[in-house]
Amino acid sequence: MSDRNIRLKVRVWRQNGPNDKGRFESHELAAISQGISFLEMLDLLNTQLALEGTEPVAFDSDCREGICGSCSMMINGMAHGPQKGTTACQLHMRHFEDGATVTIEPWRAKAFPVIKDLVVDRDAFDRIQQAGGYVSARTGSAPDANAIPIGKEAADAAFDAAACIGCGACVAACPNASAMLFVSARVAQFAHLPQGQPERWRRVQRMVAQMDEEKFGACTNVGECEAACPKEISVKNIALLNRDYLLARFTKEPV
Amino acid sequence: MSLNSHVPDGAIQEKWTNHQFNLKLVNPANKRKFEIIVVGTGLAGGSAAASLAELGYKVKSFCIQDSPRRAHSIAAQGGINAAKNYANDGDSVWRLFYDTVKGGDYRSREANVYRLAEISKAIIDQCVAQGVPFAREYGGLLDNRSFGGAQVSRTFYARGQTGQQLLLGCYSALMRQVDLGAVDLYPRTEMLDLIVIDGQARGIVTRNLVTGKMDVHIGDAVVLATGGYGRVFYLSTNGQGSNVTAAWRAHKRGAYFANPCFTQIHPTCIPVHGEHQSKLTLMSESLRNDGRVWVPKEKGDKRAPGQIPENERDYYLERRYPSFGNLVPRDVASRAAKQACDEGRGVGETGLAVYLDFADAIKRVGEDAIRSKYGNLFHMYEKITGENPYKTPMRIYPAVHYTMGGLWVDYNLMSNLPGLFVLGEANFSDHGANRLGASALMQGLADGYFVLPYTIGGYLATAKIAPADATHAAAQEALSGSTERIAKLLGVRGKKTVDELHRELGLVMWNRCGMARNAAGLEKALGEIPLIREEFWKNVNVQGSGDDLNQTLELAGRVADFLEFAETMVIDARERNESCGGHFREESQTEDNEARRDDEKFSYVAAWEYKGVGKHPTLHKEDLTFENVKLTQRSYK
Repeated sequence: MSDRNIRLKVRVWRQNGPNDKGRFESHELAAISQGISFLEMLDLLNTQLALEGTEPVAFDSDCREGICGSCSMMINGMAHGPQKGTTACQLHMRHFEDGATVTIEPWRAKAFPVIKDLVVDRDAFDRIQQAGGYVSARTGSAPDANAIPIGKEAADAAFDAAACIGCGACVAACPNASAMLFVSARVAQFAHLPQGQPERWRRVQRMVAQMDEEKFGACTNVGECEAACPKEISVKNIALLNRDYLLARFTKEPV
Repeated sequence: MSLNSHVPDGAIQEKWTNHQFNLKLVNPANKRKFEIIVVGTGLAGGSAAASLAELGYKVKSFCIQDSPRRAHSIAAQGGINAAKNYANDGDSVWRLFYDTVKGGDYRSREANVYRLAEISKAIIDQCVAQGVPFAREYGGLLDNRSFGGAQVSRTFYARGQTGQQLLLGCYSALMRQVDLGAVDLYPRTEMLDLIVIDGQARGIVTRNLVTGKMDVHIGDAVVLATGGYGRVFYLSTNGQGSNVTAAWRAHKRGAYFANPCFTQIHPTCIPVHGEHQSKLTLMSESLRNDGRVWVPKEKGDKRAPGQIPENERDYYLERRYPSFGNLVPRDVASRAAKQACDEGRGVGETGLAVYLDFADAIKRVGEDAIRSKYGNLFHMYEKITGENPYKTPMRIYPAVHYTMGGLWVDYNLMSNLPGLFVLGEANFSDHGANRLGASALMQGLADGYFVLPYTIGGYLATAKIAPADATHAAAQEALSGSTERIAKLLGVRGKKTVDELHRELGLVMWNRCGMARNAAGLEKALGEIPLIREEFWKNVNVQGSGDDLNQTLELAGRVADFLEFAETMVIDARERNESCGGHFREESQTEDNEARRDDEKFSYVAAWEYKGVGKHPTLHKEDLTFENVKLTQRSYK
C-alpha cells in the first residue's frame, strides 16, 4: 500500500434551507492523504472553513462503516461516488488523482427536500415503513424460533433484500427519482419469509400507495438504482414487487 | 441517598418469575393515561418504545439521527447470544449466566445476569417472528457460531450484519406503533437536560436539530437508552454522533454514574493509520473462529508475513491460553496484543498491529466457505486498507468499542432517581468489568422487550405522580439553562476546532486511562483534563447560529460533556486499585502479567454522585455478593 498526499479542488453545494436557491462553492485542499476516507476529507475541508471563519459544510454521517445509511451525497454525479458497492463513508481518497476536481451535491429528489448543504430530509422513507413495512408480531407472542423451518435459499434471499440501508441512493440515481428499489427490498424481504405471508397483499398495496403519496417518481426500469446501490440490492426485487402488487390488486382484496 | 438494588428474595432461578408476579400491574384502560418518554432508538430504546406502545402506554420516542433506523446498534456485526442449546453442545441458561458473570470478571450483579440469560431465548423467538433473516442451515433451522469466552456455540447471526437486522426488526415494530398512532416520533432531536420534579424524573429538554427550537416534554417516566461513552477517547468504533450527553445531564440532575472506568477495548480492529482519522473500524470477533492471531517470534522482524516461516511465528493466544486459544475474551486478547507490540514484535508500518491470519482456514475449508461466512467483513477490510485479506493476513489492533459502565440502575432498571429508567449500554448492570462478544445485542433487547415493560408498570402503578406541565418552575429552569449553554458555546468564537480539542482529550484518555492504567498516569490525567476543558470554553470555534442545522454546535455540546465526564471516569479508575476485566491496573497483576482482582477490597459497584464540575464526586458502594458463582481468578488457560 503506497498512499501519498494529493491536491484536490472541491466544488461543493451550499444551500441554507429548502427555500434557498443554493450554489456551488469551490475550495482547494493542499495535502490530502490518500489513506483517508472521503468523509475525512470533508472533515478537513470543514476544519479549514471553520478556521477561516466560515460555516462548515453540513453533511450526514454516523457509523462511517457503511451500514447506518446516513451518508448521502452525489460525488462527481454518482450517488456515493465512483466505487461500486461502496457508501461515501467507505470511499477512500486513493481512488482520486492528484489535482482532481471533485463535485459534491446532495441527493436531488422532490421527496427529499434539502435541509442544508448536503443534508436532505428522508422522512418519506420512514412513512413508507410505517405503511406496513413490518410483520405484526407483538412482543411476547412468538413461537419457538425453530418452530418454522425456513430453507437456506429463502432465508438468504430475504437477507439480500433486508441488507438495504435506506440511504436513498436509489432515488438519487434514478432519472425519475423513484423509490421502487427501496420499497421493493422491504416488500421482498417479507415476501420470501413465512412470517411475512399473512400481511403480504395488504403490505404491498399500502407501501406502494404511501410511496406514491410521497411524490417519488414512477419506475421505468432504467436500472440506475441497482448500479448505484451501495449494498447492491437487485432490481429483481422490483419485479417481485410488481408481481405481488398486481396479484394483490386483482386477485386479492384491494386495500 | 441509599443504594438499594431491589433484587428480589428467593433462589436465583425463581427471582424474576416471582418478581413479575409481585410487581403491581397497571390496568389496561389506565395505561393510555401514562405518557412515557423514551430517548434513543437503538436496540434497547427502539424495542422498549415499541413494546410499551403495544401495551397501551402513550410513548414519545426521540433520536438524534434522521431516522430511528440509524441508531448505532446497527453497526453491531457478529451476533447475539441465547441459551437455546440448539447446537446440543451442553448450553443452558445456567451456563450462559455463569459464562457472563465469569466473563465480566465477577463485577456484575448475579440476579441481573441470570435474568438476562433466562430471557435470551425469548429474544430469538421474538426476532424471528418479526422476520429477522438469521443465518440458517439447509434443513431450515437456525445456525449458530462461537464467540469469545464461551466453549459452546450459542451465537445467532445474520452474516456480519446482525445488529442491522435486529435493529430493523425493532424499528419495524416501532414503525408499526407509529402507524397505529401509539408512538410520536421525534427524529433529529437531542435531549439536553432531564427535568426532575419533586424528586421524580418527569421530562426532558430537547433541541430540534433542524430548527434549533428548544422544547420541554413532560411525562410520567423517562427512559434513557442513549448508548455508551466510548467517544470520550475520540477514536473508537462508535458512531460519530455517539455521546454521553443524555446520561451525563441526568447524572448532573442526581442520577449516579456507575463504574465509568469499565471500558471495553476490542481486540480486532483495523489499526490507526494517520492523524486525520475520524473513527476505527471493527472486524467482528467472529473472525477469531477461523483466524489465527500471531506476531513474529523475533523483535523487529520486518519481513512480509508470507516470508516468515511457520516456526518463526508466535501464535501467542494459542500458546498462552491452550483451552480457549484464539477465542479468549476480549480484554484478555487485547492485552495480549498490546504486550506483543510493547515487546517490539508488532507488525505493519507503525508496529502497532498483529496478524489475524486465515490461511489455515482457507486451506481447510476453501476460500468460498470463508467468503460466505465473512464476505462483507473481508470486503470492508479491503476497502479501508487496500489489501486483500484472502491473500495476506489482516493486520489488527485493539480499539475502544463498548462501555460497561453507565448510569446506576436497580433490578428494575430504574436509577436512584425515581422515574428514570436506563437501558442497554447506557446502564451499567449486566456485563461487569468486561462484556462477552454477542452479549450487547442480547442485553439491549432483553431490557427493551422483556424487562422494562414489566418493571415500569410496577413503578407507575405505585408512584404518586403529581400533575405537572411545561410551565413548572423546574422545567423552565432546565429549559433556560440549556438555552444559555447553547448561547455560550456560540459566543466563544475561538481559534481551535471542536475536533482538535476532542482529539486532545482522547489522547489523554487513551494514554492514561486506556488498555493499561497506573496511579501516576491517572493523576496526570486529572491535571490535564481540566486544562483542556478550560481551553475549550475560552477558545472553541463554533461557527454559525443556533437557529438551524448546526452540526458543529451539536458536537461542541457533546464534547463539552465528555470534558466533564472524563474526570469522573479517571477518578473511578484511580479509586479501583485492582485489575478486573477491561480495567487493568499495572499495580495489580500476576507474575505472568495476567489481571489480578482484589475481591477483598473491590467487590462492589462504584456509583458516583455528582458534586459540581471539577469537584470530587461522592462514592457510593453497592456491595456485590455471589451466592451462585464461586469467585475464582479467571483462567482461560
